[in-house]
Amino acid sequence: MSLAHGRPSIPDRQPVGFAFSDENRAKAEAAIAKYPEGRRQSAVMPLLDLAQRQEGWVSVAAMDVIADILEVPAIRVYEVATFYTMFNLEPVGEFLVQICTTTPCMLRDSDAIVDACRSHLGIDFGETTTDGKFTLKEVECLGACVNAPMVQINDDYYEDLDAAKAVGVLETLARGETPVAGPQNGRRSSEPVSGARTLRGGD
Amino acid sequence: MLQDKDRVFTNLYGFESPDLDAARARGDWDGTKNLLAKGPDWIVEEIKKSELRGRGGAGFPSGLKWSFMPRERPEGQPAYLVVNADESEPGTCKDRDIMRHDPHKLVEGCLLAGHAMRATAAYVYIRGEFHKEAVALQKAIDEAYDAGLVGGDACGSGYDFDIFLHRGAGAYICGEETALLESLEGKKGLPRLKPPFPAQAGLYGCPSTVTNVETVAVSPTILRRGADWFASLGRPRNTGTKLFCVSGHVNEPCNVEEEMGIPLRELIDRHAGGVRGGWDNLLAVIPGGSSVPCIPKPACDELPLDFDSLVEVKSGLGTAAVIVMDKSTDIVRAIWRLSKFYKHESCGQCTPCREGTGWMMRVLGRMIEGRASHDEIDLLEEVTTQVEGHTICALGDAAAWPIQGLIRHFRPELERRIDECRRSSAMAAE
Repeated sequence: MSLAHGRPSIPDRQPVGFAFSDENRAKAEAAIAKYPEGRRQSAVMPLLDLAQRQEGWVSVAAMDVIADILEVPAIRVYEVATFYTMFNLEPVGEFLVQICTTTPCMLRDSDAIVDACRSHLGIDFGETTTDGKFTLKEVECLGACVNAPMVQINDDYYEDLDAAKAVGVLETLARGETPVAGPQNGRRSSEPVSGARTLRGGD
Repeated sequence: MLQDKDRVFTNLYGFESPDLDAARARGDWDGTKNLLAKGPDWIVEEIKKSELRGRGGAGFPSGLKWSFMPRERPEGQPAYLVVNADESEPGTCKDRDIMRHDPHKLVEGCLLAGHAMRATAAYVYIRGEFHKEAVALQKAIDEAYDAGLVGGDACGSGYDFDIFLHRGAGAYICGEETALLESLEGKKGLPRLKPPFPAQAGLYGCPSTVTNVETVAVSPTILRRGADWFASLGRPRNTGTKLFCVSGHVNEPCNVEEEMGIPLRELIDRHAGGVRGGWDNLLAVIPGGSSVPCIPKPACDELPLDFDSLVEVKSGLGTAAVIVMDKSTDIVRAIWRLSKFYKHESCGQCTPCREGTGWMMRVLGRMIEGRASHDEIDLLEEVTTQVEGHTICALGDAAAWPIQGLIRHFRPELERRIDECRRSSAMAAE
C-alpha cells in the first residue's frame, strides 16, 4: 500500500458517498473565509482535517466533495491528501497511537516504548487491533523533545514516558477513561523535573 | 546566569495563565499603540540596532530582512507577514511553549512586525500535530480581536491588521519558507526556486516575509525595553536572549531562556541537571537541532553557544536545540536515525535529495553494524557533498551535514566497526 518515500497510496475499497454535517459545513465556510477572494484552494487542508474529524479518515468521496466546494480539480485535493502524513487514507482505530522514534526520543529509549506498545496491543506499526480500538504508527519528530520519549494519541501528547507509563496510558484508554495528557512524570511542562530553576517568581 | 528580569518569556513553563489579562500583567500589550505610532521605519531601525537574528535556524539579521519588504505597492495589493510555527526540527520544542503558554507575545509581535513590514495581514502556519497549541493561540487571537488590539483600527492606531491561523498536516518540509507558502496556498509543500524572493513575490504572489515564532514574539519586548537593552546581552552580532531546548542524555531535559553565548557546559550543568553520569561521560552534542553537525566532547568543554562561536567549530546554533549524547550512545545509529528522518521528509522534488537521502540512510544503516568497507566512508562523504548545495532548498544540506559531522569526528569509530565486522565474519567462515 505504500509508495516510495512512504507516501501512501489511495486504497481501492472506498465508500460511495460523503457529506459534511451541517456543523462541519459551517466550519468549512469559516475556514474558507480566512483566505482572500479567489483563494479557496488554501482551505484544502482545513477541509480535509474536518472530513477526517467527522469520519476518522479521508475517503476519495470526501476528497471529491472538498474539490467541489473549493472549485478545484479533484487531483488538487488527492495530491495534498497523499502528501501530508496526518491524513489517514484508510480507516484507523478509535485511538491512533503515534510513537515518535526520531533521535531525541531514541536517545531517551523510545525503543522501549515501541516494544511495550507492540506487545501490549499485539500489533505492529500500520496495524489496528481487532476490536478496532487502537492503531499503531511510527512517526517522525513531534516537537516535544525535552519531554522525550513521547507519543501522540489523537490530539493529545503523552510525554516523559517509560514502558510501564505508556502501557498505563493505553490501559486507561481501553477502559474508556481519558488519561491526563502531557508529562507523565509529575512536571508541569518543559521545566526541569525537580522544579524550575528560573521563573519561580520573587527571585 | 541571566536574571529573570531580563527574560522575555516569563510564562515559558505555563505556571501562569496564558490569557489576555495575565499577559497584560506580564507587560504584554503595554503602549502598543505608541509603538505603532512611531512608524514602520522606527521599528525596523530598532530591530536592526538590537542585532536580533532570526531564531528559526538560519540566523539572518531580522531588521534587515524586515526592511526588504516594499515601501510602496500597487493600489489594493496585499502584503503578508507569514509566521513559521511549523516547528519540526528534531530537538526543537521552544515555539510550542510560546504558543501554548505565552501566545500574546506572538500575537502582539505579529501586529508590530506586520506594521514594520507594511503588511496587511499575518498568517501563522502551525504544524498540524500541535493541536492544543493551535487552540491556545487561536484563543489569544480571538481575545485580541475582542479587545480591539488587532483587526480594523488595531489598538486605535488607525492601522488595519488581521491575523489568521493555518494548521499544517504533517510535513517537515513546510518549515522551509517557500514550501510553507505553497502549503498555505493549498498545495503540496514543494519549495520554490528563489529568486523571486518572498519579499517580492511570496504568498499569492504578493510581497511576504516568513519569520520564526520566537523572532516575532521577542520583538515587542525589544521595542518596549529598547534595542540597547537587548544588544547589551550576549556579544556583538550575537545579542539578546535565546530559548534553548536541552534534550537527550541529561538528568533533567528542559527548555530555558538564557543569554546568547552561554557556555554549553553551564547550560547543561546549571539548567539541565548535568550530563547523565557526569560531564566526563559526555560523548558529543548536536548543538542546534538535527540539521547541524555534532561536536565531540573535547570541543564542548569551553564552548559558548552563539551563532559565530558554533560556526568556528564547524557546526551551527540552528534552533538552539541542544541534543546531548553520553558515552552509552550508539553514535552511528543516532546519526542514521536522522538520515532516516530526512529520507522520510524529503519532498522528492530534486533528484540529489530524493535519491541521496535514501542512499545515505542505507549506507549508514550498514555502517551501524560495520557491514561496509573503509572506502565507503569516503564515498559516503563524497555523496554528501553531491547532495549539499545541489537542491532547491536546504533540506539536502541538512541531510548532509549530520553525516559530515559524524565522519569528521567519529571516523575511527566507523572504521573500528568495519574491522570488527570483518573479523567476526572471517571467524565465522573458518
